[in-house]
Amino acid sequence: MSEVFDKLHMYFQLPSVRYAMIVGLLIALCSSLLGVTLVMKRFSFIGDGLSHVAFGAMAVATITGITNNMLIIMPVTIISAVLLLRTGQNTKIKGDAAVAMISVGALALGYMLMNIASQKGGRTSSNVSADVCSTLFGSTSILTLSPADVWICIVMSVIVVTVFLVFYNKIFAVTFDENFAKATGVRSDMYNLLIAVVIAVIIVIAMNFVGSLLISALIIFPALSAMRLFKSFRSVIICSVVISLICAGLGIIVSILAGTPVGSTIVTADITVFFIFSLLSFITKKGR
Amino acid sequence: MGILLRCENVSLGYEGSVVTKDLNFTVSSGDYLCIVGENGSGKSTLIKALLGLKPQLSGNITFCGEVSKNEIGYLPQQTMVQRDFPASVQEIVLSGCMNRCGLRPFYSREEKKLAKDMMKRLEITDLEKRCYRELSGGQQQRVLLARALCSARKMILLDEPITGLDPKAANEMYELIAGLNQKDGITVIMVSHDMNAAVRYATHILHVGGKQLFFGTKEDYMTSKTGQAFLSVMGGDEDE
Ligand SMILES: Nc1ncnc2c1ncn2[C@@H]1O[C@H](COP(=O)(O)OP(=O)(O)OP(=O)(O)O)[C@@H](O)[C@H]1O
Ligand SMILES: [Mg+2]
Repeated sequence: MSEVFDKLHMYFQLPSVRYAMIVGLLIALCSSLLGVTLVMKRFSFIGDGLSHVAFGAMAVATITGITNNMLIIMPVTIISAVLLLRTGQNTKIKGDAAVAMISVGALALGYMLMNIASQKGGRTSSNVSADVCSTLFGSTSILTLSPADVWICIVMSVIVVTVFLVFYNKIFAVTFDENFAKATGVRSDMYNLLIAVVIAVIIVIAMNFVGSLLISALIIFPALSAMRLFKSFRSVIICSVVISLICAGLGIIVSILAGTPVGSTIVTADITVFFIFSLLSFITKKGR
Repeated sequence: MGILLRCENVSLGYEGSVVTKDLNFTVSSGDYLCIVGENGSGKSTLIKALLGLKPQLSGNITFCGEVSKNEIGYLPQQTMVQRDFPASVQEIVLSGCMNRCGLRPFYSREEKKLAKDMMKRLEITDLEKRCYRELSGGQQQRVLLARALCSARKMILLDEPITGLDPKAANEMYELIAGLNQKDGITVIMVSHDMNAAVRYATHILHVGGKQLFFGTKEDYMTSKTGQAFLSVMGGDEDE
């Protein structure tokens, strides 16, 4: 056992490991905040669609060779969030179809563009699939973060958390009963928009780390777990933040020690917690 | 007293099919309007149209000056709250104060006190921490009423407020609303099947069917043909 601790201690001397930990925890914090809202407003489809859009945008950024690909990915994803929200609120089926169209389209285009880019650059196809794999599932090595990445992540996280805290009560009102909110003069459209934009921001900052396919899991699982046991909005959010932080911390440590890909390790931890909480809620219900 | 709300030739419906039409009425400040009519006659639809949740097919609904949207309280007939929604009673009642906040992010001390008072008046203080979804139908109704009362400063729209309440709670509820109307000058618009209460508390009656059947003061309604016919079927001694 002490061997493991020694090894960890050694690893945490390295700045790259510390960066990974900071970024991972911040992403876990941000992504867990809006989980309940996403589930309850049936916005999960937006989360899913957006992560695919972000993938496509990433491919475009790669092909244009922009040094800071955030400049493309962020605005594209935010605009898509707004568009998806609009279409999603129309009649149900059409909205679903639109989301599917946009997300699958973005995926296909992104993959194609990446291939074209590599042909021009004269790289082998195995490189492309490695690139694609890491944008979809997160990089296998998380130790490549630069200080600039870390700073971007910190700034974005501060923005997300601040927005969430400032609008916490409004987000609750709009999530719980949108008609009531609208009827009593709360500008629910605006807050829906805000929620969509914040989700877009979270997806973009989380994408480099856990990969675009796994982000939804990171957002939704902690909330679902917390909802098994807790009954008030506030306690569910606090609990999902705690779950998310613990899972991310554990996931990162395990992935460093065992060399597993970080995104899927964290999600595995989240799933485990979900099953534990489901079991607990089953037991407590039976006990009553 | 000034006119707060005016409906001119309003017709309502869903996707082309007209539910009710020819609605012409006004609500003045301090009025207590009861909307009556059979099931499916379009009462709830009218309330939604007044609140701007559902566009009317034709005609005009105008709010005149004195009351703005964030001074209105609303009790829906049914709230689509999803299963598993994690929300405590206190959080829900407090969310009724949201329209007082404007851009302010947090509730003030007065607003928290107001929510507490309303919970006390509706006798749900001891449910404060409970999960909304785990309450009985009547308890849920009280929670939504408390929320509506928190958000009403000038006007309140209630869609069958006593559904699910026991007789004692229903009576207290009526007294509470009458008190708000008389003491605080809050304008009340209520949908009700309880004709006894309607003729007892209301100042005006709006009777809707396929179209507007009657609008006027309670006294006129009771002597009108429509009124007498409807009262003999619905009202009398029975409690709904
Ligand atoms: N979402 C909807 N889509 C289509 N038709 C609807 C919808 N909601 C209500 N209707 C129809 O509109 C008519 C009026 O409904 P409304 O709910 O306004 O009746 P109501 O007067 O409130 O009845 P109740 O006394 O039962 O509450 C009904 O015939 C109903 O079938
Ligand atoms: Mg109704």
